[in-house]
Amino acid sequence: MSETSFQVSVGEAFTAEDVAEAAEKPTEQVARYALRLGDDALILAQQLGWWVARAPELEEDVALTNIALDQLGHARAFLSYAGLAWGKTEDDLAYFRGESEFVNAQLFEQPNGDFAQTIARQFVASHFQFELYRQLQGSANATLAAIAAKALKEVDYHRDHADQWMLRLSLGTDESRRRMLRGLEVIWPFVEELFRDDELTDSLKGVAAAPSSLLEGFEKSTAAVFARCEIEIPAGFVARGGGRLGQHTEFLGHLLAEMQVLAREHPGATW
Amino acid sequence: MSAVAKSQLSREHSLAERVWKIAATVCDPEVPVLTIEDLGVLREADFADGTAKVTLTPTYSGCPAMDTMKADVESALKAEGFDKVEVKMALAPAWTTDWMSEEGKQKLSEFGIAPPTGRAALGRTAQGKVSLSLQVKCPHCGSLNTKELTRFGSTSCKALYSCNACQEPFDYFKVH
Repeated sequence: MSETSFQVSVGEAFTAEDVAEAAEKPTEQVARYALRLGDDALILAQQLGWWVARAPELEEDVALTNIALDQLGHARAFLSYAGLAWGKTEDDLAYFRGESEFVNAQLFEQPNGDFAQTIARQFVASHFQFELYRQLQGSANATLAAIAAKALKEVDYHRDHADQWMLRLSLGTDESRRRMLRGLEVIWPFVEELFRDDELTDSLKGVAAAPSSLLEGFEKSTAAVFARCEIEIPAGFVARGGGRLGQHTEFLGHLLAEMQVLAREHPGATW
Repeated sequence: MSAVAKSQLSREHSLAERVWKIAATVCDPEVPVLTIEDLGVLREADFADGTAKVTLTPTYSGCPAMDTMKADVESALKAEGFDKVEVKMALAPAWTTDWMSEEGKQKLSEFGIAPPTGRAALGRTAQGKVSLSLQVKCPHCGSLNTKELTRFGSTSCKALYSCNACQEPFDYFKVH
């Protein structure tokens, strides 16, 4: 054993089992915050998984599902950690909560639509998560910081993937541009909710990444892509939001029904 | 320190080395020419309180091979007579291809997978504005005239490339 090797501290464990073994439980507030980030990632992973074998080309089947897999990895880490506060596993949280108990932002549950709409959602999601994890890697909470530092490197690829498609679709044919603009029109109303501070994030100064503080970086990096795409930054209608409080659009219920049916029909099933 | 305590300490020290050596024989289930040591996934090995303790770090958050590697380390140590085995996953510091050994890179190339070129700090993730990517060498013919087909490949850690010289497609282990 060399002296320079790093030490594993409690709370830096990674898999669900490791997190469950860790002694350090998050406070109720931290757990509620981790649940939000975990739900964002979980719902996005579930949406993206639909594309396997349905994307416009094989490379995209692979790309979108790779991104889904990364998101699922982030979700597992956040949910396992959150669950420690309540004696629940990642599976308990993913499969046995009802719609109003999910606290993802509404953006993530918006339907895939056509490929351009999925790219519009990816564009927003990846630029948001990039800013989020970049800040969260400096969190005073070691577990959140470790998950964020790991996730950041992966979300960087997701962001690049979305940017490339934004460019290709918006500068491609008239039809691809029309669809890209339409996708952005559907998705953009759900941007504002991502950057709302509330009581929970206010109570976690230095631990949570204050949503409002992420807006500047998000606006800057998305504006640069919009300029290259020759698209004006969308404006106008803003959705009511409320996902963080368990208020959701009509799409989440259907998504959960599909995601949870097996676990609920056959509790404890393994294969 | 008493002589007995000293000898106990040195025994545990050499056992820790043995734990490392055994764990280091485990291979990546997806890239069977690479050991987890080559990959930089094996971070720490120890022997304490009668237990062999190994720490791994995941490559990508969602990588399903991690569970297999963990189970393989456990069974390798059990087969060598360690009854109590503890395998932990540590997230921090985050894994990077910079930890891949030179030998590992060589083995990858021989296996037909282009090894990561350059260091992660030079990649896009760096906070600086410079985005530098080095040309990837075809593992079949050695040409540098290659192109990226898709950044996402058959596993999280790989991208799909094709060679303009020999026309063969190949996997590239991404700098991460």
